[in-house]
Amino acid sequence: MNSQIAAILTMDGVATGAIYVLIALGFVLIFAVTRIIFVPFGDITAFTALTLADLEAKRLPGTAAMVTVLALIAAAIEVVALLRAGAGRRIPRALLYYLVLPLVPAAIVWATAGILLPAPLRIVAAILLILPLAPLLNRIVFWPIADASVLLLLIVSVALHFALVGMGLLFFGPEGVRTESLVDFSTDIAGTPVSGETLLIVGSAAFFSFLLYLFFNFTLYGKALHATALNRTGARLMGIRPQQSGTIAFLLGSLLAAVSGVLIAPVNTIFYDSGFLIGLKAFVGAIIGGLVSFPVTAIGSVFIGVLESFAAFVSSPFKEVIVFSILIPVLLWRSYSFVQTEDEAEE
Amino acid sequence: MSRTTTRLVVLAVVLALLASPFYMAPFTITLMNYIGVYSFVALGLVLLTGVAGIVSFGQASFMGIAAYATAWASALMGYSPWLGLLLAVAVTCAVAAIVGLVTLRLQGHFLSLSTIAWGLALYFTFGNIASLGAYNGIGSIPPVSLGSWPLVGSGQIFYLIWGALLLSLLAAHNLLGSRAGRAMRALRGGNILVESLGINALQTRLATFVIAALLAALSGWLYAHMSRFVSPTPFDVTMSILFLMMAMVGGSGYLLGAMVGAALITLLKNWIQDILPLIAPSTSGQLEIVVFSALFIVFLQRAREGIVPYIAQWLPEPRREKPAAAEALPRRAQPDKGCVLMTVEAASRNFGGLVAVNAVSFEVRANEILALIGPNGAGKTTMFNLITGTLRANAGRIIFAGKDITRASACTIARAGVARTFQHVKLRPRMSLIDNVLLGAYCRTRAGFFAGALRLDRTEEAHARSEAMRQLERVGLGERPYELAGNLPLGNQRLLEIARALAADPVLLVLDEPAAGLRRQEKLRLAELLRALRAEGLSILLVEHDMDFIMALVDRVVVMDFGCKLCEGTPDAVRADARVQEAYLGGVA
Repeated sequence: MNSQIAAILTMDGVATGAIYVLIALGFVLIFAVTRIIFVPFGDITAFTALTLADLEAKRLPGTAAMVTVLALIAAAIEVVALLRAGAGRRIPRALLYYLVLPLVPAAIVWATAGILLPAPLRIVAAILLILPLAPLLNRIVFWPIADASVLLLLIVSVALHFALVGMGLLFFGPEGVRTESLVDFSTDIAGTPVSGETLLIVGSAAFFSFLLYLFFNFTLYGKALHATALNRTGARLMGIRPQQSGTIAFLLGSLLAAVSGVLIAPVNTIFYDSGFLIGLKAFVGAIIGGLVSFPVTAIGSVFIGVLESFAAFVSSPFKEVIVFSILIPVLLWRSYSFVQTEDEAEE
Repeated sequence: MSRTTTRLVVLAVVLALLASPFYMAPFTITLMNYIGVYSFVALGLVLLTGVAGIVSFGQASFMGIAAYATAWASALMGYSPWLGLLLAVAVTCAVAAIVGLVTLRLQGHFLSLSTIAWGLALYFTFGNIASLGAYNGIGSIPPVSLGSWPLVGSGQIFYLIWGALLLSLLAAHNLLGSRAGRAMRALRGGNILVESLGINALQTRLATFVIAALLAALSGWLYAHMSRFVSPTPFDVTMSILFLMMAMVGGSGYLLGAMVGAALITLLKNWIQDILPLIAPSTSGQLEIVVFSALFIVFLQRAREGIVPYIAQWLPEPRREKPAAAEALPRRAQPDKGCVLMTVEAASRNFGGLVAVNAVSFEVRANEILALIGPNGAGKTTMFNLITGTLRANAGRIIFAGKDITRASACTIARAGVARTFQHVKLRPRMSLIDNVLLGAYCRTRAGFFAGALRLDRTEEAHARSEAMRQLERVGLGERPYELAGNLPLGNQRLLEIARALAADPVLLVLDEPAAGLRRQEKLRLAELLRALRAEGLSILLVEHDMDFIMALVDRVVVMDFGCKLCEGTPDAVRADARVQEAYLGGVA
């Protein structure tokens, strides 16, 4: 391997890593606020890519049907819960939030099916379609067990991933997709060719990470989320609803996953089940950050991307093995550098 | 239900089970073989998840390692399957030990997630090694032979599978009732208590992890020689989550839950595979996993405990006798009255900018009761945590019985003879009173995992039980030793903690607010108990807010305020001290 190849591999790795950064930040965000390790996060990324590809092929994306099914279930659960609580007059509001709002993007896409929208509109439509997915799943799956231990939430989350992969195959079919390039230029940095795609990916990752930083530090909602993450009970006493914080965290996380899906769609062939590996690699990055620190998570994710790119060069069939084996030294280092917070109430 | 009845029922069920090849269809027997093979893995998960609180998504990969090991040895190298068994167990346990050493220090969810990653890594490894058949796997694995009798048919290997399973269940049952099993059960709920009892938490977690892997290895070995073919697919992450499902649906806290869960999930899977093609012919394969996952999620939302406890509540309670009196466990020699037992020299501890304990020095003499008092936030509990090794001092030295314990772990300190109670009671609410007290006697007994599983520990166990019973009676909780600790009111929970500490036969008893939550009569009884202990030669260090309780009981008092030592002396001297009055009542104008 000469320096030229190394530079190309690094460039490639940084681009992949930047995509992992977005997903990993979403992991950390959702975990911090809700204690849920949202394993299906990678699936959301993959579904966004598939949605975009469907729009490009002038098909009605499977996402529309998926969101409709989930919205109906969520609305039914919410209405039953409200009726049981004797709060029937809040039903219209619940229907607005759980049925109407999630279905608006689906309806628009349905209405415009068969027309090829311009690329930016397609991207916006794909993101809007995918956004309600995670919050709806949160309402259906996680609300009833919000008080459960992290481990139980994790088990449920893994089960949910398998349900989603199955649904992915039903709604999107088994074909792999790759969308049109978003930009069409390339340039040279210090003698190494860099595609515009790479620059766009890295730029977007940096931009959205910065937005997240601004959100947490300079908005009231961000601070409320931060407060919920630090102390649920305390936040509740201050009038912050943990459930509302959870929904916001899921929405924000979905946005990050959706953006990463849009970015990855033109560079990788995505199948209905590609999300798991993508998500898991991002998760290794999040573990490097200890599921707490946003900056370390970002650095860790880029590192994983670069490692993957070099591993693929050295031994393509074993690249996944190499990437996941890196967990061992990482965890070893983590286990010594971490102050354990004692006694999760595990009884 | 008496013991004899229980045994008869179990015997009848076992016999009916073992006779099933004579009255069941061959297909049913094949299904039962799968249930048996899966039950091993689920049993390991019950020990791991239900008992020790560690969730693993990687059990199928342990099963895979074993299956590949035996397939390699028997099909490719031509050795006997029994040699394959040795290899399978050795390799699987070695991998589990390494994996465990790396991750078991971490909090639960990190461990669980890394098991997913390993499962995947292993899947890709098997799938890419050409000499192991890559994704096509290894075929024509020879059957296991007993002597010259090969177990080819499903009715024959049935006996191997179910015989081994029943023995494993029995061993696991024995283990949970033994010293090592109690340590495993104590792991759920955090390390602080476990370490304060002199139990090495990491070692116990590691042993549990390896035992679960061992069971998965047995399962993998049986699987390879039952289906005579291995490939990466039956050992992927989907299978691991199915195993977890078995354990949780059956009831992850119960050994029988493993078998019940394995049976239910296997039958359900079979049934769904029959039904779905009728409903949705083209997409049944995908729907299967969706239906399964959705059912599992609903199940976890509605009935986390599983099926076995649900059924068990309708069954008659087993009658259990109080443990018979037996010879006492050997006791430690107590140091001579008046000599210095523990010296704290300028111990300091800060949390960030907050100095919780600031250069505090005092000593505890043998055979005295010393009280540590001070207003709220004075640093008393932090001081306790330094002494017992729960926290490390930033500066200063702590010497106990001639040994420097400043840097020693809680576990070492406990073994040296310091037993403690906690300000916020730490018990294992789902263990019985007597089991909680037996945890205290951990350091005085020796039996390990093997002795426990094989019941070689009965004499020692009888001594320990009789000792635990004595301590329970001593604190006044001897009425119902098999009650669950979580059912006790707070005051009695404190007494139970004291009984547990006493079962350790300590030299120094460290009590953090033992009288809080007790009624007046109970406090008087507690004071009486502490006096009696002093008369036996014990040394006691306690934190307490009830001044009447302290002043009538203790020999000396050390007063702390804002992290510093204010003064020390006899109760009367301290009561007369102007600085103490100021700290408690505010300055005299």
